[in-house]
Amino acid sequence: MKPRQIRLSTTPTDEALAELRLGDIVYLDGLMYTAREGVYMRALEDKANIPMELPSQSAANFHCSPAAAIKSDGSFDLGAVTATASFRFAKWLPEWMAKTGAKLIVGKGGMTSKDYKKFFVPNGAIYLSTVGYGTGALLGRGVEKVEAVHWNEELGLAQAMWVLKCNNMGPFIVASDLTGNCLFERENAKIAANLDRVYEGTRPATLKRYGETDDRSDELI
Amino acid sequence: MISIDLIQSTAEVLMDKAAIEIPDDYLTGLKDAASTEDGDLSSFVLQAMLDNYKAAKEDRRAMCGDTGCPRWYVKMGNDATVEGGPVALESALRQATANATNGVPLRPNRVHPLWRTDHDNNVGIGAPEIEYGFEPAVAGEDKADWIDLITVHKGGLFGTDYRMLFPSDGIEGIKRFYLDSLVAFGKRGLACQPAIIGIGLGGSKDTCMVLGKRAACLRTVGNMNSDPRIAELEAEFKELGNSIGMGAMGFVGKNMVIDCNIEVGYCHTGGMQMSVHAFCLSSRRAVARLYADGRVEYRTDPDWFTPYQRRETVLWEPMLEAAE
Repeated sequence: MKPRQIRLSTTPTDEALAELRLGDIVYLDGLMYTAREGVYMRALEDKANIPMELPSQSAANFHCSPAAAIKSDGSFDLGAVTATASFRFAKWLPEWMAKTGAKLIVGKGGMTSKDYKKFFVPNGAIYLSTVGYGTGALLGRGVEKVEAVHWNEELGLAQAMWVLKCNNMGPFIVASDLTGNCLFERENAKIAANLDRVYEGTRPATLKRYGETDDRSDELI
Repeated sequence: MISIDLIQSTAEVLMDKAAIEIPDDYLTGLKDAASTEDGDLSSFVLQAMLDNYKAAKEDRRAMCGDTGCPRWYVKMGNDATVEGGPVALESALRQATANATNGVPLRPNRVHPLWRTDHDNNVGIGAPEIEYGFEPAVAGEDKADWIDLITVHKGGLFGTDYRMLFPSDGIEGIKRFYLDSLVAFGKRGLACQPAIIGIGLGGSKDTCMVLGKRAACLRTVGNMNSDPRIAELEAEFKELGNSIGMGAMGFVGKNMVIDCNIEVGYCHTGGMQMSVHAFCLSSRRAVARLYADGRVEYRTDPDWFTPYQRRETVLWEPMLEAAE
């Protein structure tokens, strides 16, 4: 069965989000901004004013830094666009969502269903994953133009807040829904059933690794 | 003598090719994977990747937004000399890396580990890495008066691990750590699989990592180790990885491993070091051979692991034979 393909606004209605099912393929229209550790720290820890009207301009936060350069005349040369792994931004996201009204968190690898239930569901937000994590050229094609780059001086090109005008930009995969179900955990559970068989005939390493649990009485042997 | 301007201009072309053009051997491997894949979602992902390689070439834009960490492998023929010497060579490769970062453009990934200083050009302390190898003239070659420039833009964060095993861990222990690495980084597709998996065995800790990385990045899909027993293990490990039931992005599927390459080095008698490296869906590598007469030949096979690189004897055997 082929996945469903859906076009979605970066300022989506609650009804549009409620329509989405795990594994649907989504293409985005409208403004999307990049924000990762640099932007979160500057906005949330240093309390700098966010240089956009959120969420009215955009409710889509992309965990990304593009392969791009700012030319000497100030214009932008944007090539490929792909996401970075999102799990490490979980500590900032609850406050970020409360402050910006973000409804679409777009990135690599998703978050845990615990995170979805704890702060995605109460904020009416869902997670979209990039595909293969390598479709940078296709996503780059979906960027009609770079609207602005904020905080480039302070954070550098890779951490700056890029504002991208998306036109049928995709593909993305719906990795969480409004009730907090997690696509990756669903797939992991299906695969786990087979793992015992694959591991048959292997043996655990003779030398263990200290510190992999919090039990400090652990030994290596 | 090889012109330094030629080195820099060729290096810039290689940066562009590596970022944009998926090598044919990997593309063929991925197409084979796509033709056997029957998971709904993992099939969709593989098809999207194939579309993406096409889009990258058509638009001349990088195939992945995370353009990795550019690095250089320089292999010098035994008779090669470089205008300006090795210092000029390194300057040219650093300059080409900076120019291509702004020119292609690539993502300026490289920052200081503590101060996060970003020069926006992928150049800094120890970046790009430049590693060296040397090669004697082969039979029928009068002089090895060439250098091979190889650039690899490998992804950064996931899919690589190291463990000290012991002889008593045996093949069963090697399989265990291999599966642990594939499953751990395969979940949610953090390793950007299906990939070329490189395994380093032996050496010391640092050389074990180097061997595994080179096995992933400097050998092509379909290439086998020259030791037939290691080649058998490579085939077995490829099949084992593809029987996990996991595919692209960690979705249910049949394809985790496009190929498995193993490289070995002699190690301490009590140990059996092991490293696992996953190259990614954007297996970025490009190669050129530059000759003293100004010729440049581009290719995608680094052909790094020659009989000379895997030699076991004190002296290089053909030289030994010549002396006898």
